Amino acid sequence: MPSSASEPPASQPYDLAVIGAGPAGLAGAVTAAGLGLSVALLDASEHVGGQFYRHPAATLGAVRPEALHHDWAAFAGLRRGLEASGVSHLAGHHVWSVTGQDGDWAVHAVTGSDGGQERPVRVRARALLLATGASERQLPFPGWTLPGVVGAGGAQAMLKSGLVLPGRRVVVAGSGPLLLAVAGSLAAAGARVPAVVEASGYLRYARHPRVLATNPYKLVEAVVHGGALLRHRVRPLPRSAVVAAHGTDRVEAVTVARLDRDWRPVPGSRRRIACDALAVGHGLAPQIDLATALGCATRRTVDATAALVLGDGQETTVSGVWSAGETGGVGGSRLAIVEGELAALAIASRLDGQTELPQSRRAVRLRRGRDRMRAFADAMAAAHAPAPGWTQWLPDDTDVCRCEEVTAGRVREAVTDLGAGDARTVKLLTRAGMGWCQGRMCGAAVACLAARGGGPVPPPAERRPFAVPVTLGALAGLDADAAPGNPTDD
Amino acid sequence: MARTPAELVGAQPEPPFEITLDGRPVPALPGQTVAAALWSAGILAWRTTRVGGRPRGAFCGIGQCYDCLATINAVPNRRACLVPARPGDAITTQEGHGRAELSV
Repeated sequence: MPSSASEPPASQPYDLAVIGAGPAGLAGAVTAAGLGLSVALLDASEHVGGQFYRHPAATLGAVRPEALHHDWAAFAGLRRGLEASGVSHLAGHHVWSVTGQDGDWAVHAVTGSDGGQERPVRVRARALLLATGASERQLPFPGWTLPGVVGAGGAQAMLKSGLVLPGRRVVVAGSGPLLLAVAGSLAAAGARVPAVVEASGYLRYARHPRVLATNPYKLVEAVVHGGALLRHRVRPLPRSAVVAAHGTDRVEAVTVARLDRDWRPVPGSRRRIACDALAVGHGLAPQIDLATALGCATRRTVDATAALVLGDGQETTVSGVWSAGETGGVGGSRLAIVEGELAALAIASRLDGQTELPQSRRAVRLRRGRDRMRAFADAMAAAHAPAPGWTQWLPDDTDVCRCEEVTAGRVREAVTDLGAGDARTVKLLTRAGMGWCQGRMCGAAVACLAARGGGPVPPPAERRPFAVPVTLGALAGLDADAAPGNPTDD
Repeated sequence: MARTPAELVGAQPEPPFEITLDGRPVPALPGQTVAAALWSAGILAWRTTRVGGRPRGAFCGIGQCYDCLATINAVPNRRACLVPARPGDAITTQEGHGRAELSV
């Protein structure tokens, strides 16, 4: 475990605890250390980089890890910065709760590759930077629980870190710009990708010409993805969805249907595509459990996720808690890096006793970059926002909650017959969202069904008192004064 | 054009070792998770669900969905997509909650 000169004496808190070592957290930690703060960087993985810069372990001997990445140079720079800094990188730390108040935070973590070691760890810090990223949103369809149906981001993650594919002939489906990157990676790594099935239309980007013009690197990315897909003969199927996966013990084919503007399948448009895997996802959703448990306010994004409300200096609505990257609304790695850096400047300034935001040339430049990229992120989100008609491809006998095996029919019964009007009541009546994943996979779908499919798709609440599962042994190891679970968190 | 992920990144891995799934040998590379080693061998399911007894394997790939739970060296409910494979690991298809011995 690297530790260093900037580590505080044993009884002293760190100046800053950063949670998450993806682009935002790395940028924040390295910048803060450069400004003289003592910094602890906690991350669940053994390797820094987060999901975006996931990469193979050194023992896999990848000579060209950048072949699976965009902007690898930016990551290489951050990693060098981390190595040269005094940041204490606490790898394999799964943070399950944060307690305390402005100036005196306690970060609670369990350790090990999957958090299974019962060694509870508590890290104290004066300021907190939450850089917990995003996870993939899923909308269920018949057959989505079959082996071989995997998250699009999941397929990408397994490929980037383990150099493996879920199959040889992989359909990519869902919605969002990630799908193009996933299809490109899978094809480059040797999979045949017969189709990328996108529920929205790519032409919707054209509604925001000014935003595109001020973010030219995004156009370059689109051209790179488009070129890769052409080269690998991947067929784009816009305004379409996989409405069923077929097979008994694993997926053997999918049915694709065209969608209308409201994402309702168009009658008579169904066709079957043979495949041995399906990589599916409907955009990314901010991962904000730790923040909501602290009481940080959220806002509804244009694509129906809950994101943190952040001030001009990246501070949440809870004093002393900052956030950067996807937690404030999904916007990609470049935006995350800028926000991490900006948050570090704001935090250093606050710990130095300043009440105003820094007005240095660097801070002004970062804020300008952030605002420009945020505008682009909003345009992208608008183009891929799910429309309520998707529930028409969901028959009653399909499992919505993968953990507790709760069908759409039982959720609908709770809503129409028993009067449940929100996801929480549905959960209490049916157990949907009560299992191992705590509604991370079914939350978006249950929220839609509870809203009876009327109006825009509502975001799930993303409130979980425990951000990761914790054994009773780990809980018993806590000091009484550090115990979490402030009852003000509903 | 690359035909495999390893070829794409020019991987020169350290020598493979063996793990087992229900007694059947499966090769693994140092640095791969248990789930990655199983995918490499074309295995996509290593758990059956509690209610319907349906096969499941890795879904989210990043430790959030808990669909990839496996019994590893007699310890149930370990996330195969996070746990690194070690030489000689005995993976067992996990049935239900994986604690049949506690059932009454």
